[in-house]
Amino acid sequence: MSALVANTDLLRKLLVGFVRDEVRKVGVSNVVLGLSGGIDSALVAFIAAEALGPDNVHAICMPYKSSNPESEAHARLVAKACGVNFSVVPITPMVDAYFDLFSDANNMRRGNKMARERMTILFDHSALLRALVLGTSNKTELLLGYGTLYGDMASALNPIGDIYKSQVWQLSEAMGVPQEVIDKKPSADLWAGQTDEEELGFSYRQVDELLYRMVDQRWTKAELVAGGFESEFVESIYDKIQNSHFKRRLPVIAKVSNRTIDRDFRYARDWGK
Amino acid sequence: MDFTAVLAQIKPKLGCVADNLALIEEEIASAQAAGADLIVFPELALSGYFLKDLVPEVARRIDAPEILRLIELSKDISIAIGFVEETDDYHFFNSALYLEDGAIRHLHRKVYLPTYGLFDEQRYLARGEAFRAFDTKFGRFGMLICEDMWHLSASYILAMDGATTLLCLSSSPARGIEGDSLGSASAWQKLTSTTALFLNCRVLYCNRVGFEDGVNFWGGSEYIAPSGESVVRGALMETDQVTASVNEGALRRERIFSPMMRDENLFVTMQELGRIARERGR
Repeated sequence: MSALVANTDLLRKLLVGFVRDEVRKVGVSNVVLGLSGGIDSALVAFIAAEALGPDNVHAICMPYKSSNPESEAHARLVAKACGVNFSVVPITPMVDAYFDLFSDANNMRRGNKMARERMTILFDHSALLRALVLGTSNKTELLLGYGTLYGDMASALNPIGDIYKSQVWQLSEAMGVPQEVIDKKPSADLWAGQTDEEELGFSYRQVDELLYRMVDQRWTKAELVAGGFESEFVESIYDKIQNSHFKRRLPVIAKVSNRTIDRDFRYARDWGK
Repeated sequence: MDFTAVLAQIKPKLGCVADNLALIEEEIASAQAAGADLIVFPELALSGYFLKDLVPEVARRIDAPEILRLIELSKDISIAIGFVEETDDYHFFNSALYLEDGAIRHLHRKVYLPTYGLFDEQRYLARGEAFRAFDTKFGRFGMLICEDMWHLSASYILAMDGATTLLCLSSSPARGIEGDSLGSASAWQKLTSTTALFLNCRVLYCNRVGFEDGVNFWGGSEYIAPSGESVVRGALMETDQVTASVNEGALRRERIFSPMMRDENLFVTMQELGRIARERGR
């Protein structure tokens, strides 16, 4: 268990420093992020407020008509607690206009569309406010592929993409995220009563213990099973990581020249910064 | 002799040689104003670290204007600094210069170019092939560049070559958030302290700060006495100018108390390494 216990002082210093440095070095002083009412975006709002000052952080809540009203209330609470700018842009008209054309669309298509609708709003506000979009996907979600490509996975900078959900909880406690947001069950909030853990079929704490050993410590499958993890669980998580890997990479480019972008044309994004 | 060294814990800009040179000149001026005799900069201070395909663009020959400028500045203060070196045969090295009295006293080319984990140096850079100690106004020195120091043989060779002060120029990325202190910082602190202790040497460790593509460099530049004791340590993850008052008497006393280097048996070491090399060649 102790493996996932983070030194929150150190983690806070690193992540606050990351946002401050990576935002300012591109000549920008503002950031924008989607605030869902959940813990991940709440933590990112707190980190950004500490890094840049709350006046330079713009949080947007983008509810759909089926979103739990409690989510918006929690988003408001978080924005108030860390002092950032807060606005609400409902996505119901845009999403409904689209699905009037495709009324038989299933929940997955609807959920993805909502996530991408929110992305377009954040990037529009990026131009409006001269602000970089902060990502709010944690390492657990990114590894499991539990997110929408070009939707909630899209951002300019992601401060929490290398920390597991278990560590998000710890750091949120340390940074003073409101307790009701920490305590509630994680949810994508696509329909009433949905929870991540029910949909995934395991708890974040369980899967984080496995992911940490499998990914960070590179235990073999045999070692994981010997260490007490169910063989089926290990296999299914390995498959999830493998099958979602495309979401973590840039689009594949057909190589024809000597210098193909990202293959043999390689520069850091902070090139010249 | 006693001397004052400044460890310039700077934040270079990636790929911006002119900007970095200006920053370096400011640091030199302020160290000089504070009465320092020596200023140590991090690995690749002139260029930044995750260069990838920028290597040929930021590389400089040792007669390039930027290097000549630093040589000129070394008339008033000794300077150790890291940069990408371009040679006549167009090889690119991760190099460190020791400049003193308006001349190049030593050029070290990083021997151990890491390629594991987040590192990819050997893809872009040529490998150095020597560890040599050299004489300075402040005694005999050895220079190491970051990963070099993780190879016991590197520090050992320099100490056997008479170095009593080891300079380590570093761009060490921060990682490991589980413990009481940063994982990479505590690993380095153990390493520099143990190296000083084993070899009865001082260690002047200069690490950079800032972020490149989300990777933090943690700073914590440090002067470690020959007893292995940390005398002064820079801020974690923030720019700093660390001033180390280096005392000759402490080195002499340590070498009297713990004469391990005097007793070190070069003959046995050579004999056994020679045997190992022969057996591997079979």
